[in-house]
Amino acid sequence: MRFVDEFREPELLRGQLEEIRRIGFRASFMEVCGTHTMAISRAGLRPLLAGRVELVSGPGCPVCVTSEADIGRAIALAGLEGVTLATFGDMMRVPGPQGTLSEAASRGAAVKVVYSPLEALRLAREDPGRRVVFLGVGFETTAPAVAASLLTARRDGVGNFFVLSLHKLVPPALRALLEMEDFAIDGFLLPGHVSAVLGARAYSFLADEYGVPGVVAGFEAADILRALCMLMEMKRGGKASVAVEYTRAVREEGNPRARAVMEEVFEPADAEWRGLGIIPASGLQLREEFRPHDAGAWEVESPAPAGDRGCRCGDVLCGRIRPPDCPLFARACTPESPVGPCMVSTEGTCASYYLYDFREGEGHVG
Amino acid sequence: MCLAVPAEVVELMEDGLALVEIGGVRKQISLMLVDDAEIGDFVLVHAGFAIEKVDAEEARRTLEILEEYAHLDETGPGLYA
Repeated sequence: MRFVDEFREPELLRGQLEEIRRIGFRASFMEVCGTHTMAISRAGLRPLLAGRVELVSGPGCPVCVTSEADIGRAIALAGLEGVTLATFGDMMRVPGPQGTLSEAASRGAAVKVVYSPLEALRLAREDPGRRVVFLGVGFETTAPAVAASLLTARRDGVGNFFVLSLHKLVPPALRALLEMEDFAIDGFLLPGHVSAVLGARAYSFLADEYGVPGVVAGFEAADILRALCMLMEMKRGGKASVAVEYTRAVREEGNPRARAVMEEVFEPADAEWRGLGIIPASGLQLREEFRPHDAGAWEVESPAPAGDRGCRCGDVLCGRIRPPDCPLFARACTPESPVGPCMVSTEGTCASYYLYDFREGEGHVG
Repeated sequence: MCLAVPAEVVELMEDGLALVEIGGVRKQISLMLVDDAEIGDFVLVHAGFAIEKVDAEEARRTLEILEEYAHLDETGPGLYA
């Protein structure tokens, strides 16, 4: 296959690495997408770029940025009589104040892992006597799918389908990072599939207001290296802009239909991010007319967050530290026995470093 | 963050649903979020929905990469399924 061969051609990758070295200055770029984090670690790019480009992982995993209090709320909902909580599998082992959803399930709570909010809707149709709550986590890639499921539920009169919306929006998080006093990054590697919905224009404020460049990148090593070359060229030329490397899936205007569905159901609301705190208008809540389906409005008692467990996930998510700088990393906290969400999620930064950048006995190689 | 898998639309069904083929496996998804997807089109599938149409050749290329990803996920279905 033509493109596969081209993209996997070692000479091409070597050439791109050479080009990055040739550009001749040091830079640090933040990837704000868990799939990028995993792809970078998997391709071994961090050590290959050492001394030239530092790749810093940002708040790009929706499971990881979910606050402990919100996880506590989800677990409390799962414990209600007659309620089934449906969720993506990543959420099952993230610790909340009263343990994990997986532990709640073992104590008898009805928790179902689903691949799609449509499966949760099917559960609701099949068992009208139960209230089915879909735990809505994810960024702009996922929120339209949840919104579409809710529109379908309303159209079909499925009154026992509910959503706990913990969705987050990427652009406000980027703005919050840039407003942090100690934040010093030369540019952003922007998320591919969030951008398929949002379009590249949604990030123009990076260049216009902050003078920081951004490139929407695909998920192969060659995509990422090419995007880094583009970022370095912008930096060298002193002209920040927002560009698309991942042109095969991302249009400047994104997917207006997906955005319209998302906006029909949700409206922006303040949201709490792990590590970043409350960011204004960075989450999505159900609009007034969808409140009958809003599990976020239910009164539940959830214990206060447990507080300091020594986990530094919050600092990892802001790019303040790398996973190996956390005292728990690869000691008390491993993918088999995770303490924090960044080690739980399949796309968490700590899990990705642990799986690919860390060698037992040798320490961190990236 | 949000892995989306390219898939070929092989059958249009009622209610905006479609059968797509992903690496030899057929799956029912919703086309509610894309305009005018036809049989033979490739779409990016995330969480049971097509979120964008993509070029067919490009889609095949990405699928090969994703096949390699598939065996890496040992923790069960995630947000990225």
